[in-house]
Amino acid sequence: MAGYVTNLLLLALLVFILVLVIRTRRLFPVVVLAGAYSLVSAAMFVNLDAVDVAFTEAAVGAGISTVLFLAAMAYLPGIEKTPPEAKGIGHILPALIICIIAGLLLVAAAIELPPVGDPTAPPHVHVAPRYLEESGSFLHIPNVVTTVLASYRGFDTFGEVVVVFTAGLGVLVLLAGFTRTARIAKSGKTGIDGGEGDDA
Amino acid sequence: MLDNPILRVTAKILFAPIIIFGLYVQFHGDYGPGGGFQAGVIIAAAFILHSLIFGLEAGRRLVPGWANLAMLACGVLIYGGVGVAGMMLDGLFLDYNVLASDASKGQHYGILLVEFGVGLTVTGVMLALFHAFAGFVEADYAATEDE
Repeated sequence: MAGYVTNLLLLALLVFILVLVIRTRRLFPVVVLAGAYSLVSAAMFVNLDAVDVAFTEAAVGAGISTVLFLAAMAYLPGIEKTPPEAKGIGHILPALIICIIAGLLLVAAAIELPPVGDPTAPPHVHVAPRYLEESGSFLHIPNVVTTVLASYRGFDTFGEVVVVFTAGLGVLVLLAGFTRTARIAKSGKTGIDGGEGDDA
Repeated sequence: MLDNPILRVTAKILFAPIIIFGLYVQFHGDYGPGGGFQAGVIIAAAFILHSLIFGLEAGRRLVPGWANLAMLACGVLIYGGVGVAGMMLDGLFLDYNVLASDASKGQHYGILLVEFGVGLTVTGVMLALFHAFAGFVEADYAATEDE
């Protein structure tokens, strides 16, 4: 019961932050509010016993992505354009209708979901019981999340790491001038280290 | 932020504990919550905090561009290497059971190594992203690479 009430409060806080994000017209407060949103969702994950997810959400969502957004903001012009005034309800009517329909569909789908922690829910009767039984007694690794992530689903995690690696390389190529062309142009411009760096 | 004594002192005090905590999350992931992804981000956050307070150049002296790239690549290589090692020892790709004398120990070693690889790559990517977005990286990488 206490957990339920806490979740409800946190959810209300999330909605409150969301409204603030929509109402705020300047980028800097929006970035900070997005960080606060992540922190509140991390608290919610802790409440739902998903500590591993909460860790990631707090570190990535509230920490690093906020810093990245702030760093990316440096590329934007210093003065923000004032947004145009809203022109009555006809301006937003299509968006409103789409939002309401999508929201109702989501609510209808959520009603059909099994309750949280239901042992007879479809995902809990397939391979999960085997993982839960084996991980502690056979492998002596109490954290089942780690066993599933690194061992039972090791191949998927390998794919994930490769995706992270590729994303990092992509950003380096796009933003940090890691391309052959950029390096040749650079060395040609300075004229000092030309011909040295064209083998990578 | 360079001349604010409160921020400088706080960053200096926090820097090492954050890294220790990251290492704890990394290597205690079998027993408590955590693992490579979380630890990588936490350790990267420590270095990003350092760069925010003491400047990007100080941050780059701490983790040079080549070290960053090496972390990025080595993590994936370690992960894949553990998989290939399993194949070498007459197992399947990413089969940890054959890595040690009994299956339980093999799983421990395999998971530890694999998570270490994940942590390295995530730390490297996060730091590279930060430095790329903060706009310092171009001159830095060019300088370190040509040597």
